[in-house]
Amino acid sequence: MVRPTPVVDLDLAREHGLSDDEWERILGILGRAPTFPELGIFSVMWSEHCSYKSSRCHLKTLPTSAEHVLQGPGENAGAVAIGDGLAVIFKIESHNHPSFVEPRQGAATGVGGILRDIFTMGARPIASLDSLRFGPIEDPRHRHLLRGVVDGIGGYGNAVGVATVGGEVSFHPCYRGNILVNAFNVGIVEADRIFLAKAGGVGNPVIYVGSKTGRDGIHGASLLASAEFDDPTESKRPTVQVGDPFTEKCLIEACLEAMRTDAIIGIQDMGAAGLTCSSFEMASRAGTGIEMDLDRVPQRERNMTPYELLLSESQERMLLVARAGEEGRVREIFERWDLDVAVVGRVTGDGRMKVRWHGETVVDIPVDPVAESAPMYDRPRREPGDLRIRQRLETTSIAPEDDPQAALEALLDSPNLGSKAWVYRQYDQLVQGNTVLAPGGDAALVRIKREDGTPTRKALALAVDCNSRWCWIDPYGGTIAAVAEAARNVACTGARPLAVTNCLNFGNPEKPEIMWQLAEAIRGLGDACRALGTPVISGNVSLYNETAGQPIHPTPTIAMVGLLEPWERFAVSHFPEAGLDVVLLGETRDEIGGSEWLALRRGIEAGLPPRVDLDAELRLERLLADAVARGLVRSAHDVSDGGFAVALAECSFTGPAGLCVGARVELPGGLRPEVVLFGESTGRVITTTRDPRALVALARELGVPARRIGETGGDSLHVEREGGGELLHASVAALRSVWSRALPRRMED
Amino acid sequence: MFSVIQFPGSNDDRDTRFAMRSVLGAPCELVWHKDSELPPETRAVLLPGGFSYGDYLRCGAMARFSPVMAAVRRFADRGGLVLGICNGFQVLCEAGLLPGALLRNRELHFVCDFVHVRVERAKAPFTSRARERQVLTLPVKHGEGAYHVRPEELARLEAAGQILLRYCDASGRSSPGSNPNGSVGDVAGVCNERGNVFGLMPHPEHAVEKELGGEDGIVLLGSLLDAVKAGSFAAGA
Repeated sequence: MVRPTPVVDLDLAREHGLSDDEWERILGILGRAPTFPELGIFSVMWSEHCSYKSSRCHLKTLPTSAEHVLQGPGENAGAVAIGDGLAVIFKIESHNHPSFVEPRQGAATGVGGILRDIFTMGARPIASLDSLRFGPIEDPRHRHLLRGVVDGIGGYGNAVGVATVGGEVSFHPCYRGNILVNAFNVGIVEADRIFLAKAGGVGNPVIYVGSKTGRDGIHGASLLASAEFDDPTESKRPTVQVGDPFTEKCLIEACLEAMRTDAIIGIQDMGAAGLTCSSFEMASRAGTGIEMDLDRVPQRERNMTPYELLLSESQERMLLVARAGEEGRVREIFERWDLDVAVVGRVTGDGRMKVRWHGETVVDIPVDPVAESAPMYDRPRREPGDLRIRQRLETTSIAPEDDPQAALEALLDSPNLGSKAWVYRQYDQLVQGNTVLAPGGDAALVRIKREDGTPTRKALALAVDCNSRWCWIDPYGGTIAAVAEAARNVACTGARPLAVTNCLNFGNPEKPEIMWQLAEAIRGLGDACRALGTPVISGNVSLYNETAGQPIHPTPTIAMVGLLEPWERFAVSHFPEAGLDVVLLGETRDEIGGSEWLALRRGIEAGLPPRVDLDAELRLERLLADAVARGLVRSAHDVSDGGFAVALAECSFTGPAGLCVGARVELPGGLRPEVVLFGESTGRVITTTRDPRALVALARELGVPARRIGETGGDSLHVEREGGGELLHASVAALRSVWSRALPRRMED
Repeated sequence: MFSVIQFPGSNDDRDTRFAMRSVLGAPCELVWHKDSELPPETRAVLLPGGFSYGDYLRCGAMARFSPVMAAVRRFADRGGLVLGICNGFQVLCEAGLLPGALLRNRELHFVCDFVHVRVERAKAPFTSRARERQVLTLPVKHGEGAYHVRPEELARLEAAGQILLRYCDASGRSSPGSNPNGSVGDVAGVCNERGNVFGLMPHPEHAVEKELGGEDGIVLLGSLLDAVKAGSFAAGA
């Protein structure tokens, strides 16, 4: 079947998602109308997904460098030095739109894509996290989506042999029309063996490796990820790619093997916009050109057109540039792993992308104007008209909590705060044999081995966080809170936060209110990362998360990576045993706005969220690192969603299977019971210690409020006010049972 | 020397080598699936966990046809010690080196968790470091780990002492909640009649360091090491 080539004009450009202004710009660059394949190239390269045209002018304000940063944003992923010649490579990326259309494959290919971003840099991927958001769990469609996404993440991650060690799962009606699937991965590499995506060296061969190219995923980046959902999404199913973790596993091993030789100059995965994006980016970064013969590309289907070959988003493919004369060595490695390998072109010095199809030139365009001169928009911004209403809360008109036990049970039973074991039990958390702290605590802790298998004394602490309700009420403050919480979670293990990667999930940026949210969130991200000394080294922006005019809450997902050395000194998040003193770090303020309690028990989602004192957070992080290193702290658990009572309950029952350790604590009077128990003041950590005097003294020295509030033991939780008066009394086993059934009881249908 | 077979899609191959080499101090190498002979110094073969050849057909169904499996079969036929872990267990069943088959988990999805297993017979070369009825804590991570044989076959395996490990609770008792995948008779690990080929779903190689899953895996892998050292199953040569 040969399809006729359509007439390339403004109408066709519009169908490709290009604006009239962008069409004019193309005509200006080429001095003629583009060919059909060329139009396809411009449409994907200038799509929101690939060009960041709405966010770039704001992203430029982020702090991205520091002494330990080896590679900031702009490559496949960022890199940070961790000492002894080692570096970590990490990034988080969204796969929201495809996962809503086809949850299993959408989520699976999200995992596959982020893994390729990591091993492209020469690193072995060692651990994944996932941040997932769905509509209400009561909605059968969203249970189906949850099942599919978890199956996809597990199906891919388990088979490819990379442990999934943590993440977050939450539910809110704002995600009813747009779920979020953000996948994070981190890898380890020798710092002097980091590979970049550069097509260097005129005359060097351009080599295609991995799976064959098919017709799947054409326009995934431009049409699926860069527009709102409108009509039934089923019609977009063909734009979703299909993942093959087995090929990916072989590709990881073969690429790492090839990169251990000196044959490879540059390497890039074919992700969004496939062969087009990868070749343009590689040439652009090196200031070179590429000439390619498309008919040499391994093809899965017959009669594919140049347009399809250039835009296919078939998975598990890489493009690499090898040293001239080394083609044979590269071929031998990939063939040993039974992967396709083909020399498809050469690096040229003329700065042009020339693509031939059976000898005929079908693309001939300058590289830089396409890759570097993509449109950039400073879109209009406007504070949402109802923002002040969202932020207002008359606390005096809220009925006080008269049944704290029932409130605690209701919170622990809620899908957002209940146990997520139903999810992470479906993930291989252990493969590669480095998981010290598995999912379920504040942060995951993963020991580092060298590529030859030698264990080191270093471990990475990994956390991903965002409270999107807070970001909806206050995008600037909410984003700061997300960074602070991610850092605090990492610090709870004893690790020192190193750097951040982020996934900015927002609605349609062409609406000034959404653009305002995005700009405010980026401003908060920058301020928080500067204050905490954790630069942003990579990230991803996902816009148009909007259906029928209903946007999601602004959701700037923050993933934090920290370093712990020696790793053998770490703190767990649960109470390890009875007879320990409980010390609360930080201050409880009169804050209830934006809390889970307020939403669940009073049906109110309003009020300014808790204030974040970044200087205090920094002091808290230093205290935790110091106290854990000195062996002063046995456990540390951050107080977040659900407040003190929920955190205390989690401390009591999240230990190794069956371990239940109660506690008796006394809290200062003055504040209302729901504020004391369920307020979400930031900067607080529940710790246990054998030496409360020394811990409190160290805290005072480092400027962190700390007080001994009680001790662990027994099989129930008692919370009393200083000077008498019971606030809460509950059986640990009963709370555990409610909490552990929260998801399973809702998923049984 | 211990030979760990590396199929395309094997995931725990390096971890198994780490356990044998770095924790137990035994010489251990990876052997490529396309090799038609085992290294001559091989004293025991380990088939690691993972998704050999993608496991798109049936777990282990493709791996049994790989060139190296013919060599493993010859090795086993001569009495050589062969241990299959998870996917390795599935491959051994598919290859007919062990009785039974592994079906989809009862709950129809992948499960990763720490479980308890009871050592049913401590005299085997794979369990000699354990006490009879000792309870070990080991991780499982699989989607298709429900061991299946017909009731009469189960009784025969039982009588012949081929069932080496059973799922149980922390106190060593079997209960519906202590079986993670719906295996018949709570079988977690089974050996062949001769006793030189053993397969299990739990992962001893992921329980060899105190702070990383505990050390109960050393009981099983150490037993294998002892058996090789004793030379009672000196096959291969």
